[in-house]
Amino acid sequence: MNGVPLSWYLVLSAILFSLGVAGFLFRRNIITIFMSIELMLNAVNLTFIAFSYDLRQVNGHIFTFFVMVVAAAEAAVGLAIILTVYKNRGTLNADDVNSLRF
Amino acid sequence: MLDTVFFYLFTLLTLGGAILTVATRNAVHSALFLITSLLGVAGLYLLLHAEFLFAVQIIVYVGGIMVLFLFVIMLVNLDAAAAQRQFSRMWPVALGCVALVGLELFYFLGKGEPAFRIAAPPPVPEPTAGNTERIADVLFSQYLLPFEIASLLLLVAVIGSVVMAKKRI
Amino acid sequence: MLDSFIPSWAELLRFMPEIILSLVGSLLVMLEPVTGPKSKSMLGHVAIAGLIVALGATFVAHANPGAAFSSMIVVDGFATFFRVIVFTVGILTIFSSYQYLDREGSNRGEYYALILFSVVGQSVMVVANELIMIFIGLEISSIATYVLAGFLRDDKRNNESAIKYFLLGSFATGFLLYGIALIYGATGTTDLGEVRQAVLQSAEPPVLLLSVAAGLMFIGLGFKVSGAPFQMWTPDVYQGAPTPVTAFMSAGPKAAAFAIFLRIFVTVFESVGDRWEPLIWASALASMTIGNFAALQQKNFKRLLAYSSIAHAGYVLVALTARSEIGTASAMFYLAAYALMNMGAFAVIAHVAGKGETTVDVSDFAGLGAKQPVTAALLTIFMLSLIGVPLTGGFFGKFYIFKAALESKLLWLAILGLLNSAVAAYYYLRVLVVMYMEEPSARTENLEPMPMSLQAALWLPAAGVLFLGIFPSAVLEFASASARLLGQ
Repeated sequence: MNGVPLSWYLVLSAILFSLGVAGFLFRRNIITIFMSIELMLNAVNLTFIAFSYDLRQVNGHIFTFFVMVVAAAEAAVGLAIILTVYKNRGTLNADDVNSLRF
Repeated sequence: MLDTVFFYLFTLLTLGGAILTVATRNAVHSALFLITSLLGVAGLYLLLHAEFLFAVQIIVYVGGIMVLFLFVIMLVNLDAAAAQRQFSRMWPVALGCVALVGLELFYFLGKGEPAFRIAAPPPVPEPTAGNTERIADVLFSQYLLPFEIASLLLLVAVIGSVVMAKKRI
Repeated sequence: MLDSFIPSWAELLRFMPEIILSLVGSLLVMLEPVTGPKSKSMLGHVAIAGLIVALGATFVAHANPGAAFSSMIVVDGFATFFRVIVFTVGILTIFSSYQYLDREGSNRGEYYALILFSVVGQSVMVVANELIMIFIGLEISSIATYVLAGFLRDDKRNNESAIKYFLLGSFATGFLLYGIALIYGATGTTDLGEVRQAVLQSAEPPVLLLSVAAGLMFIGLGFKVSGAPFQMWTPDVYQGAPTPVTAFMSAGPKAAAFAIFLRIFVTVFESVGDRWEPLIWASALASMTIGNFAALQQKNFKRLLAYSSIAHAGYVLVALTARSEIGTASAMFYLAAYALMNMGAFAVIAHVAGKGETTVDVSDFAGLGAKQPVTAALLTIFMLSLIGVPLTGGFFGKFYIFKAALESKLLWLAILGLLNSAVAAYYYLRVLVVMYMEEPSARTENLEPMPMSLQAALWLPAAGVLFLGIFPSAVLEFASASARLLGQ
């Protein structure tokens, strides 16, 4: 490994992941919540690449590649769902999109 | 030495962008900071010799996904939303959860390699081919089936977003 | 080099059910614009035909088990068992959808195509032998289901259901992926067989890292199977989605998620079993308790069944806690029985719900016994099976699960689980009391006769539930044999 040990990358991605989780739990705006999920996925990708570099393989790169494909697909569908919610309710605040009760 | 400097630089971009993504009030700013963070991650990929993914990260993530986000943010009127309360009422609970997740990951990962390695990786000879070529070799032989199946995923995403967003079906 | 590009015929045969369904799904999307608005049901028939052919192909594939495509997938008894479950769930969902979609005025070809694609995703999950395949299958299944949950896009409840399901589902995927990344880091591979070998052969396995990976994957899969404490999305999503889709979500994706739960935890994480066993023990108990006690207070029938599905996830988690062959087999048996009885119960709700799903309270079912005795009798079978009364599939499912728990010396979990089943009997029986003892409600007074398609969606699972209840041994033996192979 070059000057930077593997564990630094892992800790960095752990922090990034926690930030994503924090954004998901704290924020009320649905689009920002969705962006927090993207942060989590990026943390995962970074972990894969770091391990892959350390193991001198490209299997982790392949996995990251598929995570990106999935992220793109999720973004398309998720944003379409967000648009229908906005069209029907006129708001994207998660507290307001909460009408189902017994 | 230069590696370390670049590592710190990209880490700063990544973490700074991420913190501001989560903390800013305005959704457009959030998206822009997320782009910063993604670019930082792309830089780290380059440090880790993942040149192909460095390009994909910038073209697909920044150029595709984030532009889609920005489009949607522009489509919906979030001015009113920016004035509202931004954070959940449950935030102490959430803070506890996050601290737990963060600490856990920190602790285990920070212990360093020996704690989580089965055996030293086999000494693989330095690759002769470039990163992109090696990925292509593996992707189109061993990982052919996932590659094909991913096309189904994209088809589902296309049909799904049309069903959701088209004006009249 | 070129040889590796071309799969052999045997390999294609092992993947044939998924190939057939993908083709039929694409065909539906192409047929959709050329079919008239009155003949959309024809597309549903095509989808059912495709699923039946795929079911046949499953048995053909099972005759020649083994790995395929550089061991990306493996066809074994376990995979066949769950393939049959998810295909059957797909068929039953489409049968119960015709009338519903016509009533809501959105009978469109995309609906059937998305059901098929979702089923393909689940099928890929259960045959996958590589974490990449599991991940992609899971995402195909999830993305199709997110859209289905919000299919009536002008309905606010559908919107809310879809957005909640989507956000929580993606959140869970993040955790699952992190777990996979750590497994990859620890072992240098994502092939389940190789991971297992690497863990077994190493002198001192990285217990810490594997435990963290197990924990993260447990969070991700816990969301997908709606086990406590990750169950909070379930009632809202199940209540808001169109009823046939709710039925589908509670049976198909859940069974597939449990399948990968079993495959990963029984094979890869067995060596750190002592670490995660308390976790699943607590989750099982919490799921049963929260599900059953919350269900006691529900007026809305869909919401009641949503809480009951949390409780049933708890029972399956009990089987997982047992960490034995009989535990795995009993979980498989239970999931088969649960899929059938839940599909049947939701089909009855889809019939009574009415346009816009205005009548889905338990009280709306009053007098069903007098007005439509056959429907009521079939619902009675499903309710009794959900309670776990003898002669129904639910009874043997619970029986084997608690037997497995006792054999693994989980005395307290078994006792608390049995007490929970007793609590559950109360709210299921309340439905029967309302249905038979009370005066007909405004809805049951004017209930239209049941169309043929919906009758099929009721009679088939009823027959299945009774078959599992009277002749459980054939299915159980198959499940045990598969579980034995899985553990090797």
